[in-house]
Amino acid sequence: MRGQAIVEARDVVLSFGETPALRGATFAADRGEIVAVMGPSGSGKTTLLHCLAGILAPTAGEIHFAGGRIDNRSEHDRSSLRREHFGFVFQFGQLVPELTVEENVALPLLLGGARRAAALAEARGWLERLGLSGAHARRSGELSGGQAQRVALARGMINRPQVLFADEPTGSLDSLTGEHVMDLLVAAAREHGTTVVLVTHEPRVAVYADREVIVRDGLVHALAADRSGS
Amino acid sequence: MSVPLTLLGLIEREPSHGYDLKRDYDTFFGRGRPLPFGQVYSTLGRLARDGKVVISDVEAGDGPDRKRYVITDLGATEVDAWLTEPVEPEPHLQTVLFSKVMLSLMLQRPAREYLDTQRAAHMRRMRELHQIKKGDDLIEALLADHALFHLEADLRWIELTVARLDHLAQLVRR
Repeated sequence: MRGQAIVEARDVVLSFGETPALRGATFAADRGEIVAVMGPSGSGKTTLLHCLAGILAPTAGEIHFAGGRIDNRSEHDRSSLRREHFGFVFQFGQLVPELTVEENVALPLLLGGARRAAALAEARGWLERLGLSGAHARRSGELSGGQAQRVALARGMINRPQVLFADEPTGSLDSLTGEHVMDLLVAAAREHGTTVVLVTHEPRVAVYADREVIVRDGLVHALAADRSGS
Repeated sequence: MSVPLTLLGLIEREPSHGYDLKRDYDTFFGRGRPLPFGQVYSTLGRLARDGKVVISDVEAGDGPDRKRYVITDLGATEVDAWLTEPVEPEPHLQTVLFSKVMLSLMLQRPAREYLDTQRAAHMRRMRELHQIKKGDDLIEALLADHALFHLEADLRWIELTVARLDHLAQLVRR
């Protein structure tokens, strides 16, 4: 039995010009649930993530968050929603190179109006937790890929989001480093009850999730029943 | 199979009794499938017959376990060759998966549903292996990793085949 959905797409259609990216995608993730969104390149999985997160507005269909429809709200409202309730981790960290590591991590709090000292203190707490306490004053360009993704994870989690959107968070990492990042991501999400929408094409990453769906040709498919299981 | 060569390698590591060999095999290589004593001694007998091991001494007492086996130059050469040679790259599931897909298409059965069901079974097994990796046993974790990478390769093939099913169906339907 499914619980209450925190984030949901209902029959979402979105085209880029003549090219349909989503053709009636329906998806829901419950509170605290980790769901892997799999599928081949170009299938629409990242577009689905962007719709769920309110970054893209669908052509048709609805996006709901915490029981309320969000796709028909203004870009300003959706931006506030993202800043307050959502966290993001992308494939290549996407850290701000001009800022130090701790400033990067503190960014969501600073953009939300938090005091600088308090935001940086919170950032250092996250960096320590993710094994990066010595790196707080460095620039993002000085970090290894694995370190950069841990910084991105700290930034994604610092505002204790209700939903963390992770798009190929280990895509640029080797297997061992990727596992380390995923271990930390899942542990942080579980501790804070954060829902995770995890876009990945790697089955070894998807097994961290509670369940997975596949996006093919702009439609979301749940896996067929596993008849070999008990 | 690799049981004789694995035992030979263990003897190269240290001259051993049959009992020690079984214990070490079960600990490091058996992974839930213990080697029967009978197979240990029959294998040792063949290795001795073929000149790959010799019995260095026989302690007083009864039973075959009193013999200590030592590797010969011939045996050591064989172990060395085995450890240097790559294993035949064998896509072991290919025959079954491929046959099922092709036959499903030929018989106009739902090949995609089969592949999705197979995919679910693979993911379920991968989750079990992922749980095993969370334990403290490094050997278990490495073996689980090996299985995980192989299952992942199958899944990549499954996904690619799903994407090509329509094309494949045209090819097989005459």
